[in-house]
Amino acid sequence: MSAMRYERPGTLEAAVALLSGATGAARVLAGGTDLLVQMRTGRIEPQLLVDCKDIPEMTAIVADDGGFRFGAATPCMALVEHEAFTKACPGVIDGVKLIGSIQVKGRASVGGNVCNASPAADSVPALIAAGAVATIIGPGGRRETRVENIATGPGKTSLARDEILVSLLVPRKPPHSADAYLRFTPRTEMDIAVVSAGVNLTLDRDGVCRKARVSLGAVAERALLVSEAGAALIGTTVDEAALEKLAAAAAAACKPIDDKRGTKAYRIKVAGVLARRAAQIALDRARKVN
Amino acid sequence: MAKHHVTATLNGSPVEFLCETQQTLLEVLRDELNLTGTKEGCATGDCGACSVTVGGRLVCSCLVLGAEVEGKRIETIEGMASGTELHPLQQKFLEHAALQCGICTPGMLIAARSLLERKPDPTEEEVRYWLAGNLCRCTGYNKIVDAVLAAAGEMRRA
Ligand SMILES: Cc1cc2nc3c(=O)[nH]c(=O)nc-3n(C[C@H](O)[C@H](O)[C@H](O)COP(=O)(O)OP(=O)(O)OC[C@H]3O[C@@H](n4cnc5c(N)ncnc54)[C@H](O)[C@@H]3O)c2cc1C
Ligand code: FES
Ligand code: FES
Repeated sequence: MSAMRYERPGTLEAAVALLSGATGAARVLAGGTDLLVQMRTGRIEPQLLVDCKDIPEMTAIVADDGGFRFGAATPCMALVEHEAFTKACPGVIDGVKLIGSIQVKGRASVGGNVCNASPAADSVPALIAAGAVATIIGPGGRRETRVENIATGPGKTSLARDEILVSLLVPRKPPHSADAYLRFTPRTEMDIAVVSAGVNLTLDRDGVCRKARVSLGAVAERALLVSEAGAALIGTTVDEAALEKLAAAAAAACKPIDDKRGTKAYRIKVAGVLARRAAQIALDRARKVN
Repeated sequence: MAKHHVTATLNGSPVEFLCETQQTLLEVLRDELNLTGTKEGCATGDCGACSVTVGGRLVCSCLVLGAEVEGKRIETIEGMASGTELHPLQQKFLEHAALQCGICTPGMLIAARSLLERKPDPTEEEVRYWLAGNLCRCTGYNKIVDAVLAAAGEMRRA
């Protein structure tokens, strides 16, 4: 039996030093809901696990200039149970709530969801639409990047082997703004997205859309930020014609796979429908908030 | 490498054990501590048979490492009854015939208790949503949901 090391550092610096000093495969351990399953099936055999849940910054949820910053290792249930967070970030919560059962959400983190880099990860399109910014730490210090720059393909990220995703900032929304996330699955619960869509939009006082970000999941190697789909809404009252254009732009951006869960043509069609429905929910929510 | 020496609180009492890094909390409970009430259905987080709480949070013990629970408070099915007096949830599961083979039952009970701690008066929909991570191959779920709602009612009156 290979001896696998387990460390639980109390500071980010110590965690980075452990990863930098590792000779074999090393992994950050957050909730373990992906990692432990991958270890059990033999897909990965790390020699070092760096459990980051004792690092206070990695599990804190703090209001930040009207937005929210939360630690990358915060369990999803802690976000779901945080009233102010759910109110400020409804689209992100739509995504987070879909991550497995209550038990899975008791452990699973958004940081793990992002870093596991599944194209179907449910928090990711919602975060991208919300314009979320990731803080990453490595031996050279801290850096920031948008969430859409993290996953590079299935299971692959732009993080170096000794970098850690520390926290995610969901920026403050301007007045009359809201977001929403929807996924389509063959079953109603406990399933992997075949297509998913996140939409975040801002209206002006006359109800005209001034900003819109649209992101699609599970229709390409990684979640996509579809600027043409956002552009279709800007300058409109998000009427029928604008929603039609948004759906067409969303469908055009897809580069999906064919598998038993859905054919290419099906995923492309559903992507347009879902983007449109998510936009409608975001619109209804934006009209309700001031 | 030496095994991890872990101390924690289990069902209110201090507990100590040794484990390898890859040993899950479920394996520690069953194989090291001989507490076989917590079941293994899948070992991949899908079935909920291994449900326990760690630090008050409902989790799948098959997706937690033994080494991770150092200093933590763990609750398992063995701590649910007080001596020979069953918890209202256990009593209602019996009265409503909410179990057949019983493999899912400890996980169902632990998950249901965790719901009632947060929501003493859940709707049927809330019960079904909360228990969606607990699979049962026998009962068809209706009797389980009825039992949880009945126990909630009794606990509110108590
Ligand atoms: C039964 C079940 C159902 C599920 N259903 C869904 C679902 O519906 N939708 C969905 O999106 N996902 C689902 N998942 C997948 C999983 O729960 C999520 O991807 C989860 O968010 C991963 O987070 P974690 O904290 O458990 O990550 P871990 O397993 O701890 O880590 C995942 C990966 O990310 C790396 N990592 C973690 N944190 C960091 C960090 N801070 N910095 C750098 N690297 C890091 C790890 O090294 C590892 O490679 C499900 C899983 C299970 C077991
Ligand atoms: S054994 Fe843990 S969820 Fe099935
Ligand atoms: S009683 Fe048999 S699995 Fe539920």
